[in-house]
Amino acid sequence: MSILVNKDTKLLVQGITGRDGQFHAGRMKAYGTNIVAGTSPGKGGQVVDGIPVFDTVAEAVQATGANTSIIFVPAPFAADAILEASYAGIELVVAISEGVPIQDMIRVTSVIERNGTKLIGPNCPGLITPDEALIGILPGMIFKKGNIGLMSRSGTLTYEVVNMLTKSDMGQSTVVGIGGDPVAGLYYIDLLEMYENDPETEAVVLIGEIGGDAEEQAAEYIAKHMTKPVVSFIAGQTAPPGKRMGHAGAIISSGSGTAEEKIKAFAKANVPVAKEPSEIPGLLKEKLAKVNA
Amino acid sequence: MKIHEYQAREIFKKYGLPVPNDVLCHSVEEVEKAMAKKDDMVVVKAQVLVGGRGKAGGVKLAKTKQEAVDAARQILGMDIKGFTVEKVLLADAVDIEKEFYVGLINDRNTKSVTLMASAEGGVEIEEVAKNTPELIHKFPIDPLTGLLDFQARAIGMKLFGDVKLARKAAGIMQKLYTLFVETDATIAEVNPLVLTPDQKIWAIDGKMNFDDNALYRQPEIEAMREADEDELKEIDAHEKGLSYVKLDGNIGCMVNGAGLAMATMDMIKLYGGEPANFLDIGGSSNPQKVVDAMNILTSDKNVKAVMINIFGGITRCDDVARGLIEALDTIGSKMPIVVRLSGTNAEEGLALLKEKGLPTVQTMSEAAKKAIELSRIQES
Repeated sequence: MSILVNKDTKLLVQGITGRDGQFHAGRMKAYGTNIVAGTSPGKGGQVVDGIPVFDTVAEAVQATGANTSIIFVPAPFAADAILEASYAGIELVVAISEGVPIQDMIRVTSVIERNGTKLIGPNCPGLITPDEALIGILPGMIFKKGNIGLMSRSGTLTYEVVNMLTKSDMGQSTVVGIGGDPVAGLYYIDLLEMYENDPETEAVVLIGEIGGDAEEQAAEYIAKHMTKPVVSFIAGQTAPPGKRMGHAGAIISSGSGTAEEKIKAFAKANVPVAKEPSEIPGLLKEKLAKVNA
Repeated sequence: MKIHEYQAREIFKKYGLPVPNDVLCHSVEEVEKAMAKKDDMVVVKAQVLVGGRGKAGGVKLAKTKQEAVDAARQILGMDIKGFTVEKVLLADAVDIEKEFYVGLINDRNTKSVTLMASAEGGVEIEEVAKNTPELIHKFPIDPLTGLLDFQARAIGMKLFGDVKLARKAAGIMQKLYTLFVETDATIAEVNPLVLTPDQKIWAIDGKMNFDDNALYRQPEIEAMREADEDELKEIDAHEKGLSYVKLDGNIGCMVNGAGLAMATMDMIKLYGGEPANFLDIGGSSNPQKVVDAMNILTSDKNVKAVMINIFGGITRCDDVARGLIEALDTIGSKMPIVVRLSGTNAEEGLALLKEKGLPTVQTMSEAAKKAIELSRIQES
């Protein structure tokens, strides 16, 4: 087991003929991900890296049984691409595109919820179940199969932590980059529930950052529902209010969304917060030792 | 992106919100000229991109022409929270019976545009939100239907308790929603929305912010941008594919990825230093980006040392190292630098940098400590 993606995932790449789409399709395939199709309007019938290209998602789904899609199209077209996948019956959509307007995402999330489609992103690095499926732009070689679930709003900070885990011989069940935008698909709570129900996951790392109150809500959820240990790190403790720190969602507004409040919420939920990323493997070991004692 | 009150009022008027007449003035002379044609009482309002103008003395009621000129003379050039007042708005004053609050934001939790409305409007709305949140009515709007008549009317009734006024207020809220969505706003606030003794409703102050990611399809909004010096630097960085925010410390940071960049700033602080900025150079080993980034960092006179923190994922560390070396050779700066590389092919990358005589480390903690040490040597 694992969450969301595994060796049975049949992946469709939307925007496969673009520079990024083509590059990452090749990498995902090399990792062992089962890519069954790509789409690019007007380029149906072509083949990219041995992958058949279709004009529409509906055609691709019908011909190949694709159940998951990844989106590499430019931000102005991302909303339409997500909706196309949703209406074609894709179960999980992963949107890598960065810079999607918030109003687009408000419209999109409302529609796909009604259609029952799950979404990760936008503005995210994707997700990986090591040795089974890499769906995104994550560097596959730093991951190792194991029992730690990890979810994060950022990219390279995730890699930093994963690298430390792997070096400490702590493999991962599924690692999910949920993205740095204020309005996005699956969030901490949705994933916490999945990790809790996944027999392969023993503990969870939650990497948060300033902005919004998703971490506070996650802390409340953990206190109420999680039996598995959770360890956290919050980026942006030194960020000033009113300034957007790269991610559209990473902004402290009128006193809410500060790292301080998030750390307080986690402390209340008995979730240790690492002072720096390198403390995470140690905190996990302590927590796991207590569970197994 | 933020805009001034006078710009928000222009947008409000365009969408049919009831906004009193106003004139924008850049000098006392312009105020004199504008007042020559006016008989009414006016409010002289400082136009700065920061809240708390009223408390800072930047908003004054003027009953006569002379009072207006005197107020403008006081307010123009005034400093409000670090912003110099360069413009004032002369807005027709209205009699106030009661003040209300109406605002729209994008709510992350409900994934919707959410209307907030309160009968306790005025300058203290943030206090109301903090101490008596139950006095602010919140209503998430379904993006597929918009704010429906009956919904808007019901909120109007909660505020005014009178169906005639509720209907008027409903129209205002619906127009506000339309302009919010059509302009890709992130905040649209009317505070206060005013009821006059003759039962008229006026939007007498407005605040709007916009989604930076949507500016590509909002040319009219983007044209309203008035950036200060720091913001110009941030915009310039953005055009070069960098994400930069200036802070007050003395250790420049150059990092790939926003989360890691924030964690790097935190780390510098954790070990007793002060970060000079947030700077995300994104993924890629393109030497031009490093050159641009270094130029931004070295143009900040406070910066005494630079910490470069790169996690090589898909972009291998040896490629990053080659890019860094090429960039640093191009710039030829004397700025003390510490480079931390980790991830794919880190050893090869670090070896290349060492050959060049650059101080290199493998962990973030070491890099932060080293950068702080270098900055202290420079300061002494």
